[in-house]
Amino acid sequence: MSPLVLSSATLQEVTPATGVFSLIALLIGLPLLGAAVLLLGGRRTNKWGPYLGVLTVGTSAVIAIVMLVKLMALPSESRAIGESLYSWVFAGGFQVDLAFQLDQLSMVFVLLITIVGTLIHIYSLGYMSHDKDKRKFFGYLNLFVAAMLILVLANNFLLLYVGWEGVGLASYLLIGFWQFKPSAAAAAKKAFVINRVGDVGLSLAIMLMFVTFGSVTFSDVFGSASQASEGTLTAIGLLLLLAACGKSAQFPLQAWLLDAMEGPTPVSALIHAATMVTAGVYLIARSNAIFDRAVWAATAVIIVGLITIFMGATIGSAKDDIKKSLAGSTMSQIGYMVLAVGLGPIGYVFAIFHLLTHGVFKAGLFLGAGSVMHGMNDNVNMRRYGALRGAMGITFVTFMAGYLAIIGIPPFAGYWSKDSIVHAAFEKSTLIGVLTIIAAGITGFYMTRMVAMTFFGKARWEDDAHPHESPKVMTIPLIILAIGSTFLGLALLFWGNIKTWLEPVLGLTEAETALPELAIIIITLSVVIIGAIIGWVMYARRAVPIEAPRGSWLTRAARQDLYGDAVNDALVVRPSYHLARVLNWFDSRAVDGFVNGTAAFVGGASGRMRKYQSGFARSYALSMVGGAVIVVLALVLVRL
Amino acid sequence: MNPANYVILSAVLFSLGAVGVLVRRNAIVVFMCVELMLNAANLAFVAFSKINGNLDGQVIAFFVMVVAAAEVVVGLAIIVQIFRTRRSVSIDEPNLLKY
Repeated sequence: MSPLVLSSATLQEVTPATGVFSLIALLIGLPLLGAAVLLLGGRRTNKWGPYLGVLTVGTSAVIAIVMLVKLMALPSESRAIGESLYSWVFAGGFQVDLAFQLDQLSMVFVLLITIVGTLIHIYSLGYMSHDKDKRKFFGYLNLFVAAMLILVLANNFLLLYVGWEGVGLASYLLIGFWQFKPSAAAAAKKAFVINRVGDVGLSLAIMLMFVTFGSVTFSDVFGSASQASEGTLTAIGLLLLLAACGKSAQFPLQAWLLDAMEGPTPVSALIHAATMVTAGVYLIARSNAIFDRAVWAATAVIIVGLITIFMGATIGSAKDDIKKSLAGSTMSQIGYMVLAVGLGPIGYVFAIFHLLTHGVFKAGLFLGAGSVMHGMNDNVNMRRYGALRGAMGITFVTFMAGYLAIIGIPPFAGYWSKDSIVHAAFEKSTLIGVLTIIAAGITGFYMTRMVAMTFFGKARWEDDAHPHESPKVMTIPLIILAIGSTFLGLALLFWGNIKTWLEPVLGLTEAETALPELAIIIITLSVVIIGAIIGWVMYARRAVPIEAPRGSWLTRAARQDLYGDAVNDALVVRPSYHLARVLNWFDSRAVDGFVNGTAAFVGGASGRMRKYQSGFARSYALSMVGGAVIVVLALVLVRL
Repeated sequence: MNPANYVILSAVLFSLGAVGVLVRRNAIVVFMCVELMLNAANLAFVAFSKINGNLDGQVIAFFVMVVAAAEVVVGLAIIVQIFRTRRSVSIDEPNLLKY
């Protein structure tokens, strides 16, 4: 492998914000203000609250688009804009500012978050219209958008951590939004606890950065990364990977994402498909200066990505719950992105590219699934769907756009991004490339299965189901996202020129592959189509039984989330339970035993001693005389 | 006369007083025995003063007398009160202040 073009990321000069860029704080402030008004305003805001929520995020999206236009007009080397609000933490040599940095990488994230966020807010107006707590829902959504914007706009790891925790909180609140359902409450708790494991990784990484570099701002850490030893960088890299695994539901911290589908569907679309779960990819891509110099950490990233691609795809192929199947698919697609960031400079750009297209088409798919559920009395079981293409035409067409995008049929968006990742994988090693192609085939299978079970075949509806198309407020976002799913890949690659756009931040290397490019494309497409045909034959040509058949051992395992919960239970929950029991025994018997024993001894002894307080003055006098005699005797004896 | 004899006399008087305090029930008698012990102590002080050839012991003897006089005032008052309430001066009877 000889690099043809070599360009590793160099640290960009950050220019202070002027003009429209001084509105960076407003970009975050608007949704934050919306969240504050909605959550603190109480029932008074019930009537107009949801519209305020849509308005704040929509305004942020408009500001973001204006910023993009301005940023594109600047020369590529001065596209990193910094804005410092005030000095936040100030302790000795440690100084952290509340400061934001808008560069090419942040910009694309800001656009994804605000635009997809706005669409999902609008969609939620329809989807949540019957929910009496919808004001709170929009408050939480606004809070999420604000936290996510802080995450991607921070110019240091500490502020990034604030956003990181903020999105975790919003995710918790929204998964458990219907907390009267015990399953939703449990799922929220599970997501929160598993995320904490990753958060510990991030906080340890930040501490290690401070110890090593004496600062946690991006420019200082990445600027002096070359001076740190490889061991330290590997440690930081692995800790960041742990953080990414938690947030992005990657193996081994993947178990929470499937349960997170307990939340309302717009939440699944915004947080658990399009934006928050990709924060791990952002973290690794942003820290490219560290991963470029820590080979082992980067290899670990690749391995995690590969394992998750296949786990997610397997789960997606077996679930009958349409949202959980999509969640498996999300895991798998984020696995692709994580794999791509693990590939180093040959993959960073494509990881972000896939992240953007995936954010759009997966949001579209989730919202489509929500629209189907909306028409089917919130039933999520695909075995009770079937033949819905007639009943909900717009949902069907938009879903098909997302479907073609995710399995990667040209010219739909996913084709361009996934093909780029497959190609980058071949540049790294043929084995990884082949594995990504196989996974693409499985993607074709499970997505075809989903579409066939939902929209084709015979109607297997429950008796009281009257499928109908959703209202316009829901279908218009679907249509916009479907247009995105269709054209975004082309637009970003050829018109937006995403490669040269992101290259100054992330670096871009190209290497030769073992197979010619055209061969890779043809093989990938054939494998995808074979997967799709298998799915079609199994689930559209043959009747789908309403009761799930027993299935092979792999299907049964996948229905149980590949025993992710059982493994967590055996490895973490039960050992800590036993440890807690032993500690509890030690505490109640040994520690309390000693303390209580001392108390009981003193108590018992005093119970006996007090009998000497007989009330007879003469007996006291006797004790005194006896004591005096003993003292005198002792003195005499000592003197002798 | 050998001053050590005064010390021995003092010890004998003190022991008599102590035994009196321990074995007698009548509060007045117990009180007198306490006085006996105090005066035995005074005798010892004066004897030691003579043996050592300085006046410290004699000075302390005066102090003891003053304290003893004050103690008699308080003690007798208590005894009179006890007699008024119980019609008896036995010191074994007021024994309520106990465990």
